[in-house]
Amino acid sequence: MRTGRRLHIIILLAAVVAVQLLTLAAGKGFYLTQLTMTAYYSLIIVGLCLLMGYAGQISLGHAGFLAIGGYTSAVLTTMDLSAYKGSALAVALMKLSLLTGRQNLYGGQMLSLHPWAACVVAVLLTVIIAYAIGVPVLKLKGHYLAMATLGFGTIIYSVVLGTQKFGAADGISSVPAFPLLPGLTVSGAPGLRIQNYYIAWGLVACGMLLLLNLIDSRVGRALRSIHGAEDAANAMGVDTSAYKLSTFVLSAAFAAVAGVFLTHFNGGIGPSEASIMKSVRYVAIVAVGGMASLWGTLIMSAVLNFLSLRGYFGSFDDAVFGAILIFIMLFSPEGILQFDVKTMVKKLRVKRGGT
Amino acid sequence: MFSRLAAALTIVAAFIAPAMAADTIKVGAILAVTGPASFLGAPEARTLEMLVADINAKGGVGGKKIELIIKDSQASPEKAISFAKQLIEEEKVFAIIGPSTSGETMAIKNIAEESKTILLSCAAAEAIVNPVAKYVFKTPQKDSDAVIKIFQEMQKRKLSRVGVLSSNTGFGNAGKGQIEKLAPAYGIMILANEVYDKAATDLTAEVTKVKAANVQAIINWSIEPAQAIVIKNARQIGITAPIFQSHGFGNIQYVKAAGAAAEGVIFPAGRLLVADVLPMNHPQKAVLVKYTKDYESKYKDEASTFGGHAYDAFLILVKGIEKANSTDKEAVRTAIENLKDVVGTGGVFYFSPSDHNGLNVDAFEMLTVKNGKFVVLDQ
Amino acid sequence: MLELFFQYLVAGLTYGTIYAIVGIGFNIIYNTTGIINFAQGEFVMLGGMTAVTLYAFLPLPLAILGAVLITMAVGGLIEMVFIRWLVKPSVLRMIIITIGISILVREAALMLWGEGIRSLPYFTGNEISSLSFGGVRVSPQVLWSLGVCAIVVVLLNLFFKFTMLGREMRACAANRDAATLCGIPTRNMVTLSFVLSAGIGALAGCVVSPITQTQYAIGSGLAIKGFTVAILGGLGNSMAAVAAGFILGILESFSIWVMPTAYKDAISISLLLAMLFLRPSGLFGNREAFKLKDF
Repeated sequence: MRTGRRLHIIILLAAVVAVQLLTLAAGKGFYLTQLTMTAYYSLIIVGLCLLMGYAGQISLGHAGFLAIGGYTSAVLTTMDLSAYKGSALAVALMKLSLLTGRQNLYGGQMLSLHPWAACVVAVLLTVIIAYAIGVPVLKLKGHYLAMATLGFGTIIYSVVLGTQKFGAADGISSVPAFPLLPGLTVSGAPGLRIQNYYIAWGLVACGMLLLLNLIDSRVGRALRSIHGAEDAANAMGVDTSAYKLSTFVLSAAFAAVAGVFLTHFNGGIGPSEASIMKSVRYVAIVAVGGMASLWGTLIMSAVLNFLSLRGYFGSFDDAVFGAILIFIMLFSPEGILQFDVKTMVKKLRVKRGGT
Repeated sequence: MFSRLAAALTIVAAFIAPAMAADTIKVGAILAVTGPASFLGAPEARTLEMLVADINAKGGVGGKKIELIIKDSQASPEKAISFAKQLIEEEKVFAIIGPSTSGETMAIKNIAEESKTILLSCAAAEAIVNPVAKYVFKTPQKDSDAVIKIFQEMQKRKLSRVGVLSSNTGFGNAGKGQIEKLAPAYGIMILANEVYDKAATDLTAEVTKVKAANVQAIINWSIEPAQAIVIKNARQIGITAPIFQSHGFGNIQYVKAAGAAAEGVIFPAGRLLVADVLPMNHPQKAVLVKYTKDYESKYKDEASTFGGHAYDAFLILVKGIEKANSTDKEAVRTAIENLKDVVGTGGVFYFSPSDHNGLNVDAFEMLTVKNGKFVVLDQ
Repeated sequence: MLELFFQYLVAGLTYGTIYAIVGIGFNIIYNTTGIINFAQGEFVMLGGMTAVTLYAFLPLPLAILGAVLITMAVGGLIEMVFIRWLVKPSVLRMIIITIGISILVREAALMLWGEGIRSLPYFTGNEISSLSFGGVRVSPQVLWSLGVCAIVVVLLNLFFKFTMLGREMRACAANRDAATLCGIPTRNMVTLSFVLSAGIGALAGCVVSPITQTQYAIGSGLAIKGFTVAILGGLGNSMAAVAAGFILGILESFSIWVMPTAYKDAISISLLLAMLFLRPSGLFGNREAFKLKDF
């Protein structure tokens, strides 16, 4: 089992490199931009897959966590703290290089938090909020859980849309680049395109490795038992609420990281990232990828998000998405990877015969 | 598993589009043709298509035809960013017209500026041209001018206590900000200040709150269908005070939607809506009448000021290319920045290095609704 | 002050009746099939849009009737094409399929009618007419909506309690297999529930069209509100959905009275969630039945 998992990750990495080389050869290097954005959306989606497929908890508000992560890092890195230059805390932070001076696009000088510090704060904040939401919400089941998560998603959306500090409807722009490590920067600049592509997919590969390890461990088995029959699992001594909560929080963390990186790559974030429609989209992609299939979900996410960002279907983008949803759910309910032409034909034959 | 991955890769490889021929001027457009801002993007897209077809039929600009590439962003900022990068890096467009909404424009303002691509936005937010970015321009009139026009009218009527309603969009937000900023200078007191959801289906409670504040006039600032609902609800609960709308009211379908409630609504607008009644010697008359006639005969749909913003953007671009007599981006940018006296649908444009919008308060005419039609407000 | 209270109450009832009538549609389908039909909001939209198109050459009552019938046909068609032949589908699978269907219906509406807004004329009076009840003013169309909502609820109750068809549908809801064994054509019951839901949705769409204005995209927002309301009332109970709809509408309205309107959604949802945590079976749901129910 272990070697199989490692092999799959290696195949993923090989595919990532192959695609990049392919685009280079074909002179289509700019596809990497959409592929990078796709990677970040895929990160949140695979995290959601863990929650929905393995722990069996549906979340219709997950875009909210991406938004919390993204907005927090955006606010912290664009807030000009020059006014507090003299304060003791500011001096201490500057000593640690957490607070840095930089130029904004229009030549003005400003003092803002280093993106690393902002990133850490953003993910921590999201984790704390996810924990606080998770404790009451995960006591609910089925449709009620869905509704509660929908409710929280709505609240987060409503807050970012209605608050002037968060840019209200226009969101926050002019978010600076994120210097990850010397030589590696998360930014949308065309020159750094290839670098960012690898950063994004590297992150996804790490995320997948983490999730695959988790699924194959004791934790994973506990999760699957909760998904299968929660009361039985409880009877067997599995601490179901603790597991559900940690999975919820972990998937929120994935979303936050995706949000932070995406915000720095795009140079900004808007309230549309927190909308319910986005959350529904993520849930749908998990479903068509196969609820219990991380790889299927990753593939579907990559394909669907890429096509949508390229605007391949222009104004029909939504229609194509809807059609794909229906097609896969009708003929391959276990997800895209379980698609089998023979089974589909058999089902169609039954339909014509009818009962 | 491996075979599926290979299949996916082949599909990706197959999406390679052929490169296009070189002796055209590529103009990109990012518009919200469908989706929540389609009342903005759809007329804008149609206007651009009409203009490009026209100009190409006449031989193009400086002998080169215009190749228009429209991307439907569906008012989504992520798509706007993705398409902006596509248009700039892949299609290597000369300029971008749009986006339709302020949120999208702010998302790509830096991208356009950093890549030195001319951006002519059809969105209204002041922040698009303030602080001035060298390559970014906008064609809709200034919100502050619209507010000034409204306040001037209110002063004339001796109205000072107002209730403000705005939608939670970039447009609504910007208007609200300008109203709050300029009110003290005109002696206007804001007694109620409410923000409503752009997709609201009924606003009775919101207008009730305004009614309770005992105001002498109401200002509603939004650009989507909810603006018709606001005035209906206001009249239904018995508010008789005059209602002022923003220049977002500039589409006859809102008047139709609001029916009897639209009677007597006062709002500043570009003169497009009253082109017929302009005096013959008015500088904008010819342009407006031609645009309205062409648009309505081609698309069987009423012309609106929104489509006019795209008209102006394209006009300015063409004039810039003609004036610079070249297709060098920097040269055209400088040319646009120094354009004076360009007669468009929104007004007469006077650009300068510090003014990338080019319109002032005279671009607006105060209009009202009488018998379901737009008419100029009697002075 | 009292007058203001009642004015806000009326506003709340206006919002509430829209939510309630969408929520009822959710419940009918859920009751018979266990499916949460996210395309319910699209039925409302279709009803309104079709009626407006028919109104161009038919008198208003006939246009509405035509719209309702056409939408019912669409509802039945959707069920037969997409849902009928599925064998024991899981809940989530059905939700995703109905989401896909709602997207397709919305896009088809965009193709057919474009992005413009339309509305039916007010049934009585016009856009500014209002009736006055002791200082509180309400548009006659709101009374029409409340009336239609009430009639629908009463008729549905009679249908499910006293007609053979209604009882058969309830049997399906209670236990599908047992119903089949009793000789009830369960597959047809499912189709019928879709047809009925579509019809109610369409009627709702027609009667609120003058208030809300109809546009190709209004379906999804309504579906979310309807879903919220149906669950809060306790799934499966139409009367409860109606009550929950009015409660949500009134909560929204009164929150506007006392808080900044920008956060209206956040506030009303928070209150609803608080209620949900206190009573997870829904406001009116039966605690015992809730525990036994299979999601």
